[in-house]
Amino acid sequence: MSTSAGYIPILLQILVAVGFVVLALFLSSKLGPSRKTVQKDENFECGIESQGNARYPISVKYFLTAILFVLFDVEVIFFYPYAVNFKDMGMEGFIAVVTFVAIFLAGFIYVWRKGAFEWDK
Amino acid sequence: MELSLLFEKSVLILILTAITLGIATYLTYGERKVAAFLQDRLGPNRAGIYGIFQPLADAGKMFFKEELIPRNAEKWLFIMGPGLAMVTACITSAVIPWGTDLVLFGRNISLQVADVDIGILYIMGIVSVGVYGIMIGGWASNNKYSLYGAIRASSQMISYELSMGLALIAIIMMSGSLSLREIVDQQSGWHGMKWNILFQPLGFILFFTCALAETNRAPFDLPECETELIGGYHTEYSSMKLGFYLFAEYINMFVSSAVMSIVYLGGYNFPFMDAAWFSTHPNWLGAISVAVMFAKVSFFIFLFMWIRWTLPRFRYDQLMHLGWKSLIPLALINMLLTGLGMLLWGK
Repeated sequence: MSTSAGYIPILLQILVAVGFVVLALFLSSKLGPSRKTVQKDENFECGIESQGNARYPISVKYFLTAILFVLFDVEVIFFYPYAVNFKDMGMEGFIAVVTFVAIFLAGFIYVWRKGAFEWDK
Repeated sequence: MELSLLFEKSVLILILTAITLGIATYLTYGERKVAAFLQDRLGPNRAGIYGIFQPLADAGKMFFKEELIPRNAEKWLFIMGPGLAMVTACITSAVIPWGTDLVLFGRNISLQVADVDIGILYIMGIVSVGVYGIMIGGWASNNKYSLYGAIRASSQMISYELSMGLALIAIIMMSGSLSLREIVDQQSGWHGMKWNILFQPLGFILFFTCALAETNRAPFDLPECETELIGGYHTEYSSMKLGFYLFAEYINMFVSSAVMSIVYLGGYNFPFMDAAWFSTHPNWLGAISVAVMFAKVSFFIFLFMWIRWTLPRFRYDQLMHLGWKSLIPLALINMLLTGLGMLLWGK
């Protein structure tokens, strides 16, 4: 099934899943009791009064990880069409992909040497 | 698409969704029983015989609990987070083939919701959308612990997705197709024993490690590390919204076990499935293949639980070092070795 009609069952399953989730969330919000107080609606931070806004700048490491992921994931995606056609391409294709992996590794080793993966510093 | 086929698929989807939810509910029971077994305790044994009604009681309680939404949370995003996590968990199973075709009412009924050509890519795509459920929920809570949990979860999941993708590439090179049905059928050689794990032992270990990290299971359960973050991204949640986060984790575990069984352990293939008797009894073949598939899935789920109650949690820097410095280079080497091996021995 390579036509787009093959995707209709997936749409159906998405509908079923969304329907179930919406129904269950709605039901549980109606079924449970609702006794709101000022204290109860506070954020829970270990019982200590919460200080300021939660959304303040955090470690840049996480941002760096996200950027590196975008970079390398795009390169990983390039491997997929190659992998599907690997059997037809033989040695020539393999040499081409070794070259590509070498470029991938050059960038990888560069960020490694630059200390992008050092989380304990 | 003809109407009868649409009807058949709808029934299959409803059954599959019901089974998935049922399994997720009972996995909470399984988890507690396995934990009890490994720690030499009894585990839940009050509700019904051996406590088998415990998960139903838990789910019922979830419905009747008060729903709390913190005053300074983003209300809609706060509700959307667990919903999204649950929806993505429920739709991953659409491309998984559960068994060989059945013959009912003179029709060939395929036990797969949709046999699309890009099965593996679909699963990888939906798994990445699953990150949003956690990220949105953690951010909307407006609680520092939740936010830390959410950020840890997303950065851990994207890091391990890379090596997961690379480990899969070696499999795709061998199969030449992204369709899960195709991958299973190619492992039916050698009387149903030509499983990919025999050719890809390293790839299997890599994929399994990444699956643990992707489903936020111990030893990679940093996002909900209770010693540091109270409850992680779901600290602020209560009632069914908390339930959805927990169920989503168990469904993800179930689905990733199914994917691992298909990709590495031959899916529904079992020894001597090519016997002549089966070609005249397709329904028996179908029933046994589904049973075999579920046996393999149960094995993986038990392995997940066994690991959770055996290994201590990683530290966050150890987790990132493992993902970036060990798994990615190993996955690249595995990919190149597979290519070289296929060229030299022409598998």
